[in-house]
Amino acid sequence: MTAPLLSVRDLHVTFGLDEGSVRAVDGVSFDVLPGQVVGIVGESGCGKSVTMRSILQLVDEPGRIKQGEILYRMPGVDGQPETVVDLTKLAKRGPQMRAIRGAEIALIPQEPMAAFSPVHTVGDQIIEAIQLHHRQWRPDGSGLSRAEAREIVVDLFRDVGISMPDQRVDAYSWQLSGGLRQRAMIAMALSCKPRLLIADEPTTAIDVTTQAQVLALLRELQRKYGTAIIFITHDLGVIAQMANSVVVMYLGRVAEQGPVDAIFHAPKHPYTRALLRSIPSIVGQTQVALPTIAGTLPHPFNRPSGCPYHPRCDERKGPECAARVPSLKPVDQGQSVSCFLHHDSSDTQ
Amino acid sequence: MSTPQTKPVDPIIETESLVEERISVASNWTLVWWRFRKHHLAMASAAILMALYAIVLCPDFFSTQDPEFTEARQAFIPVQGVNFFDEGRLDPWVPAIVGKRNPVTLRMEWRTDPSQKVRVGFFVPGTEYKVLGLFKSNLHLIGSRDQSQRIFLLGSDRLGRDQWSRIMHGTQTSMTIGLVAVTLSVILGIVLGGISGYFGGWIDQFIQRLIELLQSVPTIPVWLALSAALPREWTPIQVFFAITIILSLIGWTTLGREVRGHFLALREEDFVLAAELAGCSRARIILRHMVPTFLSHIIATSSLAIPAMIINETSLSFLGLGIRPPAISWGVLLQEAQNIQTLALAPWLLIPGLLVIVAVLAFNLVGDGLRDASDPYSK
Amino acid sequence: MTASHSVDTKQPLLQIRDLRKFFPITAGVFNKTVGHVRAVDDVSFDVFEGETLGLVGESGCGKTTTSRCILRAVDPTSGQILFRRKNDEIVDLAKLTREELQPLRAEIQMIFQDPFGSLNPRMTLFDNVGEPLLVNGMTNRAERTDRVADLLKLVGLRPEFMHRFPHAFSGGQRQRIGIARALSTNPRLVVADEPVSALDVSVQAQVLNLLLELQKRLGLTFLFVAHDLSVVRHISDRVAVMYVGQLVELAPTKTLFSRPRHPYTSALMRAVPVPDPRIPVGEVTLKGEVPSPANPPTGCYFHPRCRFATDRCKVEAPALREPTPGHFVRCHFADELDLTTAF
Repeated sequence: MTAPLLSVRDLHVTFGLDEGSVRAVDGVSFDVLPGQVVGIVGESGCGKSVTMRSILQLVDEPGRIKQGEILYRMPGVDGQPETVVDLTKLAKRGPQMRAIRGAEIALIPQEPMAAFSPVHTVGDQIIEAIQLHHRQWRPDGSGLSRAEAREIVVDLFRDVGISMPDQRVDAYSWQLSGGLRQRAMIAMALSCKPRLLIADEPTTAIDVTTQAQVLALLRELQRKYGTAIIFITHDLGVIAQMANSVVVMYLGRVAEQGPVDAIFHAPKHPYTRALLRSIPSIVGQTQVALPTIAGTLPHPFNRPSGCPYHPRCDERKGPECAARVPSLKPVDQGQSVSCFLHHDSSDTQ
Repeated sequence: MSTPQTKPVDPIIETESLVEERISVASNWTLVWWRFRKHHLAMASAAILMALYAIVLCPDFFSTQDPEFTEARQAFIPVQGVNFFDEGRLDPWVPAIVGKRNPVTLRMEWRTDPSQKVRVGFFVPGTEYKVLGLFKSNLHLIGSRDQSQRIFLLGSDRLGRDQWSRIMHGTQTSMTIGLVAVTLSVILGIVLGGISGYFGGWIDQFIQRLIELLQSVPTIPVWLALSAALPREWTPIQVFFAITIILSLIGWTTLGREVRGHFLALREEDFVLAAELAGCSRARIILRHMVPTFLSHIIATSSLAIPAMIINETSLSFLGLGIRPPAISWGVLLQEAQNIQTLALAPWLLIPGLLVIVAVLAFNLVGDGLRDASDPYSK
Repeated sequence: MTASHSVDTKQPLLQIRDLRKFFPITAGVFNKTVGHVRAVDDVSFDVFEGETLGLVGESGCGKTTTSRCILRAVDPTSGQILFRRKNDEIVDLAKLTREELQPLRAEIQMIFQDPFGSLNPRMTLFDNVGEPLLVNGMTNRAERTDRVADLLKLVGLRPEFMHRFPHAFSGGQRQRIGIARALSTNPRLVVADEPVSALDVSVQAQVLNLLLELQKRLGLTFLFVAHDLSVVRHISDRVAVMYVGQLVELAPTKTLFSRPRHPYTSALMRAVPVPDPRIPVGEVTLKGEVPSPANPPTGCYFHPRCRFATDRCKVEAPALREPTPGHFVRCHFADELDLTTAF
């Protein structure tokens, strides 16, 4: 098996607020293999965004990484062997982290309007990024001229399907339509040849027909460049189309993870099953009551004891669910689940 | 249509603690207070302001004597510090002042004589006054136990008036003028800004141009002109109100703009549309749904406007254009400190300036605290 | 021309006729009108008593403006909005003044998209939900308390919550509060503007169930505006599809989803990602972007993106026709095209 590109190990992130501390991420582990698309699904408050921000070391105050490792495999430069760095150990604003952000790991944000400055042209902003991380294009460190960088941007724009790339390079973000802006954002994210792309709900703010185009583009680019993608979304349909493997999160913990087919066709965790049942399908019966998950998400200050899902679980096994936290155990080929139904109740964390 | 039956649909599981219960029934004002409470500097400043407004309510009680009592032979007496203990017992006293005329300059030179102690007491009888113009009292918070001996806690001025007592009365005028002028500005700001923001159209254009006009007028010459226009024969009370109105006529514009902005933003809010769809009248939408939403912001902004008003009043009076003697305000008191020679001789006459600084800082800190606290939903 | 004849025998509660809403585009110092955004451009349809009519389309298609015109939160430029009142009297909402609308407000209510912005944060649940009751004449506080308690129970919230403020509730709970407020005046028509799109998947299912249950129990009529096709399909009896301010297709839900007649409807359905990795991802059939309603294309508004467009489509604007009873479509070739989708 290939070594993972990114490996999140037992990550804990807490937010110390006046009212008490909130465990936003509470022991999350998953791997991203090179060239693989990992989908992270979960509802609001499940910690998927905080996990993503932790990888980029962008967790805002008062959030703190309390425990755990985020191991990233850095390519060897100038014939040096590959090294594994723990991103949590790097200074948030230090030179190493800045070199990784954008160049090694890039982000496609949810709202492309906010990601571009309105006072510089889209092209200028991407050119600047390319010149800053010129080693990604010229490993010998010889640097890139403005004209060369501009050429790269025009090529990228053509790659992401922006028509008339020569002219669009000189446009301001507010002159572009929503779909074009999203494409320009993808071009920006790819501009420094990242090996890992984090897409944070990249299609939530756009219409369904544009979404279809953007998803098709991402799939195509992913095949072409072999970039690994962490795809964060709440839309199970998008996950089914995009991901190779899926991580299902609930209240800061991984409920279940595994290959996409197993998650959709042989879900093991009661939460995954309930979630899949609760979406209205485009082929199912209409105007009937949908199966729902009982109750509401608990308040962050009020985490349930034991398995975080047990108060809402309809397949609760017994008192151990409320007493102990189940650990994430492999159950099947590449599929792991943290639920006492699937492993011995002595396996606690 | 019949009344809906009340069998619950899909009941919701409760998972809550007592803390949440307390927060969930907390009104906006309670939430503002909870947040404000955490702001220690603002809380300390609020205490200072409360003390100052206690003085406003009854300056005579806090004075040691009649602020107008003139005794030319006691001019420029320096500050007499209070000692609380005498021979190990709690028995406050101030050292007596003994004066000797300098034979060369012919000026009185004062020095303290700790061997002569003037006994000071709390809640002692003194000059008679009326509390809020209602009932008579002669009780003073602090004063000389021997009524024939005057004490000067903050020294005296060139006419031998007690500066401590004058500051107490000046506080009343200056703090009141700030509050009243801001209240008037708030009323003008809410009414005009509200009309401008809610109705829009030409009336909005008109009010906006008026605000621009008022803001572009250089304020000091306008004050000069307006104050100069006040008839000389007006009583201090009339002058006081005239100055207040002048200050607020110019001061409402910023608030007016802010209120207009709030109205414009709120017009687009869903809950305002919901009120409209419920069938609420225009007046009800404005008064019940819109104004309460930004009132806490307005109060925070106003508390930041009070210090500006106080400074304005002080500057005007200092220039001799605002409150005129015999009325006392901080600005009037600072007039005494207008020339360098007097300052060299009696630096304590600058103490009212210190008080202006303290009050302005306190208002600013409270305003900042309120502003931070006034949006409890912004997390 | 109008979607008035339906297979349904029920009476129409609402009849929209040739509705238009143009927003002026102004420029220059004197605010001269230089053009119009044709947000709603000649829309006609009926809503029958007791049904749910889904109104779908992408952003800028005019679905929200249409619903706001019906609520008279926006004043229509022209057209009729005929509403049948409780006493069978038919009134044209488009013509009424603010004062004349007042008594009708109770009969037409709205559920909002944003569960956070739609409740007054400074008012308790009692005041939020009780406000429509109070302004519609229920001045007795005790009576109002009972009614608010009933409404909260009805939407699955505990009546004890009535003295809490909205900030104490989650998105799904707030949406329930919004529904309770909309139902307080016993409305007959409820306009739901994207009522579940801001909610999490599991909460969305709860709210959809609640709406279905309430409709059954109270005989409500819903105009359900949404962009999520699977949600609209789940809840609606009939679905209307809008594109650049126009109604392009209207049909009973099953018909529309099994045999769409407008190429746009078909493309829209293909674009919805199916939550099953075994279903192969279809080819992206719809290229380009939605044109601006300020400057729509000539002829059929959809022709620049349509796979089947001919020269006729570029010049001649199609009218809304009814090729089979109850199925309305605005396409020249609705009878010839085979658009049966993969589903």
